Amino acid sequence: MSAIIQVDNLVKSFPGVRAVDGVSFAVDEGSCFGLLGPNGAGKTTTLEILEGITDANGGEIRYRGTPRDHSYRQVIGIQFQSTALQDFQTVREALHLFASLYTRQRPLDELISLCNLGELLDRDTRKLSGGQRQRLLLAIALVNDPELIFLDEPTTGLDPQSRRNFWQLIDGIKHEGKTILLTTHYMEEASVLCDEIAVIDRGHIIARGEPTHLLAEHFPRALVRVPCKALPKGIEMPLGFENQGDYAIAATDDIDRTLATLNTLGVALDELHVSTPTLDDLFLKLTGHGLREA
Amino acid sequence: MNFTRIAAIFAARNREFYRDKAGLGWNIVMPVVMVLGFAFIFSNPDQDLFKVGILGGADKAERAVFLDSRHIQFITQDDEAEAIEKVRYHRIDLLLDLSATPRYWVNDESPDGHIVERLLWQSFNAPPDELTREVVSGKAVRYVDWVLPGVLAINVMFSSLWGVGWVIVRYRKNGVLRRLRATPLTAGEFLVAQILSRLLVVISVTCLVFIGTDLLLDFPMHGSYLALGVVLLAGSISLISLGLAVSTRIRNEELADGILNLMSWPMMIMSGVWFSLDGTNIWAQRIAEFLPVTHMVDAARRIMLDGAGLADVAFEIMVLFAIGLVLLAASARAFRWQ
Repeated sequence: MSAIIQVDNLVKSFPGVRAVDGVSFAVDEGSCFGLLGPNGAGKTTTLEILEGITDANGGEIRYRGTPRDHSYRQVIGIQFQSTALQDFQTVREALHLFASLYTRQRPLDELISLCNLGELLDRDTRKLSGGQRQRLLLAIALVNDPELIFLDEPTTGLDPQSRRNFWQLIDGIKHEGKTILLTTHYMEEASVLCDEIAVIDRGHIIARGEPTHLLAEHFPRALVRVPCKALPKGIEMPLGFENQGDYAIAATDDIDRTLATLNTLGVALDELHVSTPTLDDLFLKLTGHGLREA
Repeated sequence: MNFTRIAAIFAARNREFYRDKAGLGWNIVMPVVMVLGFAFIFSNPDQDLFKVGILGGADKAERAVFLDSRHIQFITQDDEAEAIEKVRYHRIDLLLDLSATPRYWVNDESPDGHIVERLLWQSFNAPPDELTREVVSGKAVRYVDWVLPGVLAINVMFSSLWGVGWVIVRYRKNGVLRRLRATPLTAGEFLVAQILSRLLVVISVTCLVFIGTDLLLDFPMHGSYLALGVVLLAGSISLISLGLAVSTRIRNEELADGILNLMSWPMMIMSGVWFSLDGTNIWAQRIAEFLPVTHMVDAARRIMLDGAGLADVAFEIMVLFAIGLVLLAASARAFRWQ
């Protein structure tokens, strides 16, 4: 697949902070690319530079191999992390308004069906719930039938059910062959939606690749987690385990052998937890801090 | 410039205005209440005594027995031209100058002026030969007739400054501008849509209030409606541009509110809306010349009260358009989405 957008050595500084520091990546056409990182990592700034909302201090961005021009805004769709719409308009009017701003338009009936907005069309946009509002904002991002869609933390603040519903919508868009570039700090979201991810921390990309490959590259098959309080007195840490807060955690390819070791040491297994590594674990390993505490 | 995009933003802003019932009501009710309030305040029959202007001050007037007349209020006048205008508009019933060449002015269309003139003659026991009679013509102008163009201009000012300046700052603060910036909409298209929308609002509301208050108060309109319309258009453009100039970069509503107040209060006080600027401090008069409301009110009064036509108020119209164009150009250049 060819890259729809290519980013080389992007730099953006604000007074006292270098928010984006030499970020480079490419997004293949038809894929879903995720920028992962904690709040303040630089992912939203990176996205805003790609959207053309913020100017970079350095670096190069090429859309389909050429620098972006005025027609770029016609072919991209954007859903910001938080957006206000003009007051006193219905969902239908908001869709018509934004559709009128583009030369290319997706049939609104199709869009309304895709984003499940049929029952909300005559509702004031200020009276939508969080999930309904995100669906409307996604529909607005799609009014011009864009080739490249930017979603900035699209499910932040939604309840788990609304979040999963939203993932289904994005999955539907993916199946239409659209290219999606999203930011998130929900690792599960990235695992479900993204074909490729870049982990960003303090303005740098610290890992990039397909989620399963990255996990396989950095972790054995499973993680065994035991509360430290379950360890017998006198044993600080069993062989192969590392202390991470209140837990002793071991990454292992041989779960039976690890369990046998714990048994031999007389560790109570009531609170033992075995899981496959997640992107949260990957981020922790790469940066030394958790995604939400950076 | 893409007119489809301008029309879309124009329509959205109009919806936002007319669906906001509280704002809409305030825009229409406030000027009507002000005009009716002035009509009520200055309609007290107890104030209905005769008024005679005295040129030159009381020391020169002491010789006249006439000045001892009861039920006549004598008001010292400093400016002859302004005092004659007061006779013309029946704001005083007679003007008396008892200086070296004594004379008086009376409006031959004023019944009160006729009575006061007879009282003057009686104090001389005959039509006085030593007094020169000057005749002034003009229909009665109530204070409410005089103040109405100013009240309408003030309403245009508030609607333009807050309806554009404050709204754009709010859009910037809550992220509406940021969302629009992500579309192909250009800053020029956005600004044109805001200007056209507000022009529609101020012209519609002003016409509505004009017609409504005329039905209630039957105020004079001696001049050209075309000229009045052009003055309204030019004044609105200049004041909307002033609102735009404030809004170009600010993202704090409180700061915008403060700056808009800073601009509106001098225009409220120094533009001759409530009282004539003649005889006020010369520097205040100089400053007033730079205020759009001054030219708007002057031109509207001359059209409505003196019967002026388009050519007569061409200077004011040109000044208003010039202020508008300069501020528009500066605003378009300085405008920032974020």
